[in-house]
Amino acid sequence: MLQKIKQDWFSNIRNDLLAGTVVALALIPEAIAFSIIAGVDPKVGLYASFCIAVIIAFVGGRPGMISAATGAMALLMVTLVKEHGLQYLLAATLLTGVIQILAGFLKLGDLMRFVSRSVVTGFVNALAILIFMAQLPELTNVTWHVYAMTAAGLGIIYLFPYVPVLGKNLPSPLVCIISMTAVAMIFGLDIRTVGDMGELPDTLPIFLWPEVPLNLETLMIILPYSLGLAVVGLLESLMTANIVDELTDTSSDRNRECKGQGIANIGSGLLGGMAGCAMIGQSIINVKSGGRGRLSTFVAGLFLIILVVFLDEWISQIPMAALVAVMIMVSIGTFSWASIRDLKKHPMSTNVVMIATVAVVVATHNLAIGVFVGVLLASLFFANKVGQHMAIRSHKDDASATRTYIVVGQVFFTSAEKFITSFDFKEALDKVVIDLSQAHFWDITAVGSLDKVVLKFRREGVEVDVIGLNEASRTIVDKQAIHNKPEAVEKFMSGH
Amino acid sequence: MSKIIACIDGSRAAINVCTASAWAQQQLNAPLELLHVLEKTDYPSEGNMSGNIGLGTREHLLEELAELDGKRSRLMLEQGRFMLGEARRQVVEAGVSSEQISELQRHDFLVDTLLEFEPDTRLLVMGRQGEAHDSASDAVGSHLENVTRTLQKPILVALDNFKAPERFMLAYDGSVTANKALKMVAQSPLFKGIPCHLVMAGKRLERQREQLANAKTMLEGAGFDVTTAELEQEEVRAALLAYVEEQQIDMLVMGAWGHSRIRQFLLGSMTHWMLHNSKVPLLLLR
Repeated sequence: MLQKIKQDWFSNIRNDLLAGTVVALALIPEAIAFSIIAGVDPKVGLYASFCIAVIIAFVGGRPGMISAATGAMALLMVTLVKEHGLQYLLAATLLTGVIQILAGFLKLGDLMRFVSRSVVTGFVNALAILIFMAQLPELTNVTWHVYAMTAAGLGIIYLFPYVPVLGKNLPSPLVCIISMTAVAMIFGLDIRTVGDMGELPDTLPIFLWPEVPLNLETLMIILPYSLGLAVVGLLESLMTANIVDELTDTSSDRNRECKGQGIANIGSGLLGGMAGCAMIGQSIINVKSGGRGRLSTFVAGLFLIILVVFLDEWISQIPMAALVAVMIMVSIGTFSWASIRDLKKHPMSTNVVMIATVAVVVATHNLAIGVFVGVLLASLFFANKVGQHMAIRSHKDDASATRTYIVVGQVFFTSAEKFITSFDFKEALDKVVIDLSQAHFWDITAVGSLDKVVLKFRREGVEVDVIGLNEASRTIVDKQAIHNKPEAVEKFMSGH
Repeated sequence: MSKIIACIDGSRAAINVCTASAWAQQQLNAPLELLHVLEKTDYPSEGNMSGNIGLGTREHLLEELAELDGKRSRLMLEQGRFMLGEARRQVVEAGVSSEQISELQRHDFLVDTLLEFEPDTRLLVMGRQGEAHDSASDAVGSHLENVTRTLQKPILVALDNFKAPERFMLAYDGSVTANKALKMVAQSPLFKGIPCHLVMAGKRLERQREQLANAKTMLEGAGFDVTTAELEQEEVRAALLAYVEEQQIDMLVMGAWGHSRIRQFLLGSMTHWMLHNSKVPLLLLR
């Protein structure tokens, strides 16, 4: 136990401190940008990022992963904030946390195994596109200064790391923000700054209970939002956990992560922050900077709030163009370039699932719906593929006018039709033997189609003998454990 | 058949572990397994603080980290093989027939590996400190206490200049743990033919005198040459160590972690203290 805590927190102190600092600097522009997407003051996102990062450092299930206010969540809140205001958002954040904790106790984190790789890729790409699209309002109907600054900002972000010595030791997004702010102040450019977008925090967050009436009506308003937020938050967190697992060759505790996200969101809601979740881009930055332990997440949150509270005067001077440049970088970094490159290599069904996920998300601005569609499509494609694994051979014994059909493979709803059409009912026979001992019947549709075949043969006056039905239909039983006890299966089957 | 497992690493302690496990192997006549665990504790530290992510950063980063891990693992694997080869040579030199020796390397955490093999373990031999503490002579390795708390098998802690014991001491206090330890000593061939000092220390020992006598009878019944001693003193720990020095005891046997965690926290643990302060090899029984 103690060993585990030591391993999680203090096994990588120097790198965790440095990486946490780099992440904190990158979190500030994101938290502000996502607050603007959600339509709330920047301080709501900044408080949220601080609370979530610090709390998840203790209660999360994936050391080294960064959680804070995110774009995926912000996009879901837009209408709630617009129609009902900030207090309802805080209430929805609390409820989101409660739902996520419940999901953790119900071990819903294990459901992630149904989310295939192509759905995850689709989710990530859709997220990148959404983050990019959210920047467009800042780039329309503005003066040429803004375009120039955004382009220069991107140039600094991607070229500064090639500067010898300094390049590898100073976060280039920070260099971009500082130099763009300096340019705007020196030339006194009249362009939009962070200060124009709303209130910045000047104190530490304080405890406050959302000022909403505690009644059924409030619940009905926030529940749909909270459900969406909870699902998207868990999805993105668990996907990010997978990515971090892969990068660091370690494993994470998914259900603890679900509960942790819930606790962090409750904490955020009570301190005036919006709901958040794990961040793919920031977590990659953290790992890239050498962060591995819980300490890196904790430092990121703590350093963020220190910077923000002391530097609020300066932060309000940051031109939006610099933020846009950073967010474009985040969106480019989140996008899975390999998925475009591999489109030709991957099978069509995989590509369809990925592209459908992206398309649905971009159309609905709701990642949960996109993932749902993706998972559904992936399952259908899979069912179709497995359904092809069924073949029926037959041979005829002329002396007794008997034909024996041997069924091999998987019989269930997608292959049931093919199963029926594989029998020749027009042949004049005395007897038909259907050997099912090498087949698997997976559902009631399969059993129904067998009944149909038997009935058809009987109508033609053919005597039907079915062999091996017991073995074949054992797979219908939902719980694998029962399979080992033949008597239990018979009991189960006789009940149907 | 259950084995003696010897934990080998690159520290100074490895040589003691070799001699100690060779001695134990000859006493118990059980197969000896030399174990080296490749722990993944530290990370490649080529942190890049540029804080930006571009197209394909994730893929590149994964490649880069896997490459670094791979390089490090290959080196450690090679080094581990060399250590195990060296250990085998020493154990054979100490008189163990080479058919009885096997070697094993695993990528895992030490405690997890030992737990996995626990059902098959008869005796575990470890050094007091590992690679990380080679410079500090009386430090206790980070693994040792953890392993002794987790594993429910006898653990022999080898110290510098290990030699076959000529006298051993069994610290006895009449507790459940101590009685269990007593029984194990009586039944095991490990100490056959080695004189035993059965020692009780503490205040007001007269109450427990009968238990001590019973324990003596039990050991004598098992064919041991037993000397008993009662150390009537406040400072149990110091008294035991003083006795060890006085009587030239060369191995200390005790039941380990007998008390509840709370009591250990409040009063300090005897086992913990002995792990830190004993000058002679320890055999911890659970």
